[in-house]
Amino acid sequence: MRIATIGRFSLGIFVAGALGLGASACAPTGKSSSAAGLLAGDAATRTYVPPGSYDEYYAFLSGGFSGQVTVYGLPSGRLFKQIPVFSQFPQTGYGYDEDSKAMLNTTFGFVPWDDAHHTEMSLTNGVPDGRWLFINGNNTPRIARIDLKRFETEEILQIPNAAGGHASPFATPDTKYVVSATRFSVPIPQKDVPIDSYKQNFKGTITFVKADVPGKMDVAFQIMMPGYDYDLGHAGKGPSDGWFFFTTYNSEEANTKLEVNASQADKDYIAAINYKRAEECIAAGKGKKFGGSYVHNYVDPATRIAKSETKTGVTMLYPADCDGLVYYLPTPKSPHGVDIDPTGEYIVAGGKLATVIPVHSYTKMIKAIADKQFEKTIDGIPVIKYDAVIAGEVKNPGLGPLHTEFDGKGNAYTSMFISSEVVKWKLGTWEVLDRIPVYYSVGHIMIPGGDSKKPWGKYLVALDKIAKDRYLPTGPEGSRSAQLIDISGDKMKMLLDFPTMGEPHYAQAVPASLLQPGSLKFQKLADNKNPNVTTSEAGGGITRTGKRVDVKMIAIRSHFAPDNLEGVELGDTVYFHVTNIEQDWNIAHGFAVFGSNNSGITLPPGETRTVRWVPQATGIYPFYCTDFCSALHQEMQGYVRVSSPALHVPLSANVSKVSQTQLGRLPAKHGEKQ
Amino acid sequence: MATQMGTGYLETASVPVPAMLGTVAARDLTGSLMPNLSRALTVIASLLLVGLFFVPMWRVQLVAPQYPEGLGMRIGVSYVAGATPTDLANINGLNHYVGMKHITPDAIPELHYMPWIVGGLILFGLLAALVGNRKLLIGWVGSFLVVGVAGLVDFWRWEYDYGHNIDYAHAIIKIPGMNYQPPLMGVKQLLNFTAVSWPDIGAWLAFAAFGLGVIALAFALRVRAAKSSNILGF
Repeated sequence: MRIATIGRFSLGIFVAGALGLGASACAPTGKSSSAAGLLAGDAATRTYVPPGSYDEYYAFLSGGFSGQVTVYGLPSGRLFKQIPVFSQFPQTGYGYDEDSKAMLNTTFGFVPWDDAHHTEMSLTNGVPDGRWLFINGNNTPRIARIDLKRFETEEILQIPNAAGGHASPFATPDTKYVVSATRFSVPIPQKDVPIDSYKQNFKGTITFVKADVPGKMDVAFQIMMPGYDYDLGHAGKGPSDGWFFFTTYNSEEANTKLEVNASQADKDYIAAINYKRAEECIAAGKGKKFGGSYVHNYVDPATRIAKSETKTGVTMLYPADCDGLVYYLPTPKSPHGVDIDPTGEYIVAGGKLATVIPVHSYTKMIKAIADKQFEKTIDGIPVIKYDAVIAGEVKNPGLGPLHTEFDGKGNAYTSMFISSEVVKWKLGTWEVLDRIPVYYSVGHIMIPGGDSKKPWGKYLVALDKIAKDRYLPTGPEGSRSAQLIDISGDKMKMLLDFPTMGEPHYAQAVPASLLQPGSLKFQKLADNKNPNVTTSEAGGGITRTGKRVDVKMIAIRSHFAPDNLEGVELGDTVYFHVTNIEQDWNIAHGFAVFGSNNSGITLPPGETRTVRWVPQATGIYPFYCTDFCSALHQEMQGYVRVSSPALHVPLSANVSKVSQTQLGRLPAKHGEKQ
Repeated sequence: MATQMGTGYLETASVPVPAMLGTVAARDLTGSLMPNLSRALTVIASLLLVGLFFVPMWRVQLVAPQYPEGLGMRIGVSYVAGATPTDLANINGLNHYVGMKHITPDAIPELHYMPWIVGGLILFGLLAALVGNRKLLIGWVGSFLVVGVAGLVDFWRWEYDYGHNIDYAHAIIKIPGMNYQPPLMGVKQLLNFTAVSWPDIGAWLAFAAFGLGVIALAFALRVRAAKSSNILGF
């Protein structure tokens, strides 16, 4: 039956393709193309944002294996910014300069890359509020918080006792917690054991991270779980507020060739976790002290310099010690996404190998728990009977359901990876209403606010894993792709393709009005408390401490001051502390020095950055502004002389010379008059 | 003039006056007193000037392709400031390219004594109304005119100096014959910047105050003329 559906659908594509061919064949007449032109023109009108005009929505797309977040406008699909998070970013110097390096510290040392996965907007009363964006690193489990006034990463918390942080960083409706669950079970605590001792030794953990105070993210508690793979999660809301739902697969506990061995069971589970109950159990002293070190990195709000602190030990909860903490809901075939509808009643699973979309009922779950409708218990976790918790199944939805989002009008939209389509269906009746092909192999989909209590149900973005022939080819590897779909009417309409950076695992979007007014224009120089700040033309200089040389300088259109430095000796390590004393939006400077083994840096207005340089030979080294800042940008340069220590060249920086010449008419304290 | 302000006038003014607008104050034996309407208008005009201490008098806006939001200057009786806390520094930063002087508000002497002049004008106006002497009113309107014209001329001279006193020896961009004087009122293109200069609320308050002063004076003179014709041989 399903095959027939797919077959008919394929036929539809074929017919449409043939029609398209016919239309283009007739194009020279200029008449037959007008019908197609009207259709395309309609989509073009819907996505056209005239030059100088603004988009309706900010969209934040996960950059996947780029480790970053990208910011797009909708409906235009224009790329605004790439926000570096888990990976070094030479465009700005993130992870290279002395100020941001600490953001990438872990207990494994400096980890300059991660596989970024899911974006999650902070919530107030279950609605995205535009304060912060969270994103997780999957490979070395971490959760980052991006401030949405600066659009910069301000905090990264490593998750201890975990390997693979995939079901992360989904938030509770008040952002009290964000979560992380282990994609890969491992021995916890880590130990050296035979891999085939998986069933005895391997465990999973689910971590609740306290997230509502910026700069103070920390592990609140962890739950020791059976050694399955924990895949995705979402918090309950409304009536189900206080619960968190996670999908699991590999309940077979296979440790090799999972593609076959973890696909044997008819059903895996959704883990329903009552985190209010967890708080009660911890208050009652039922949590165990558990080891595990982790690093917390945060940007000091005054100095804007990242700091790292290593923490040890967490509170671990075992389900057997805290009854009512965890229940398993049997769910067909290695479920992937678990998505809660805006009312908080329906728990939709994306059984990626299933022939239906199973939907559980929160109300039925609570009743089943009260009636003890359990089929068995695993490690102290009761497994609720499938029939006692299932609300309905969407029949013949397509192949490979992964993720579901909601439009707030009683409809759900599910991505179908294998049949490469988005399917619209009705909550409650479970009937399929519409389907639209996407290009190709869609993973996540995103409706602005579509996982919250209040979706803005106008657009849907399909985040595709493969682009193939959608764009002009760029060799064997091109970009991934996203598609914008209009969901305001009964029928979904394809509006736009746009390429993405890395693999777009999930995205979040909010109306522009939520972020645009608060977006910071520049750092006030008066508030710059960096210990190496220089606030005036004459304030810079050069100092030596043993083999360390510190240079303080300012950058302003169109010069550095000082710009001639002497007395640096071979064997020294030089720290350039450059302050951009501009107090104007978007007026950035850059800094790079010849032959440096480090990245250049970008200097946003009002900010200080420090970059380290170890000269490799004596001679003269030019440095210059790398960001075309002004009409005299090409003149914005200077020189460092690196000498043999035997010459005993005295330290000098030409602050006074500069102020005597071209800057003679500038007040000495320029930039401090704010 | 000060010597004429004897106690007699004050005694006269302290006599209760009928609250009928347009009538001559009672016991105006000398004929030199202001009608009540003029006195009221003079008080209002003087109080309007108090507003100058709270709102800017002039605004200069600079718009360029790279500055769609514009850079602005606000000029008040005691200050020259940016429209935002950073605009003045940014204007100075840009002006160094063409060799213009920095605008350093502390170095502009007018900003130090203008508040005293305006304050004096307010007190003078109130005194004229209180005393009710027509000659004082004439004196007040006259000095108001002088201060206003002198202020505008001085402002224009300041703008002239600002736009013409170019340090060509160190200017980065030298354009012979080019000056960067912003207009006193109106719109002018200065390289990539369009400079727009108009009176701000404070100036409109001053214009209004001056207008009221003129009306008060005109009224006082008309009433006197009418009275003269009524009392023959005065």
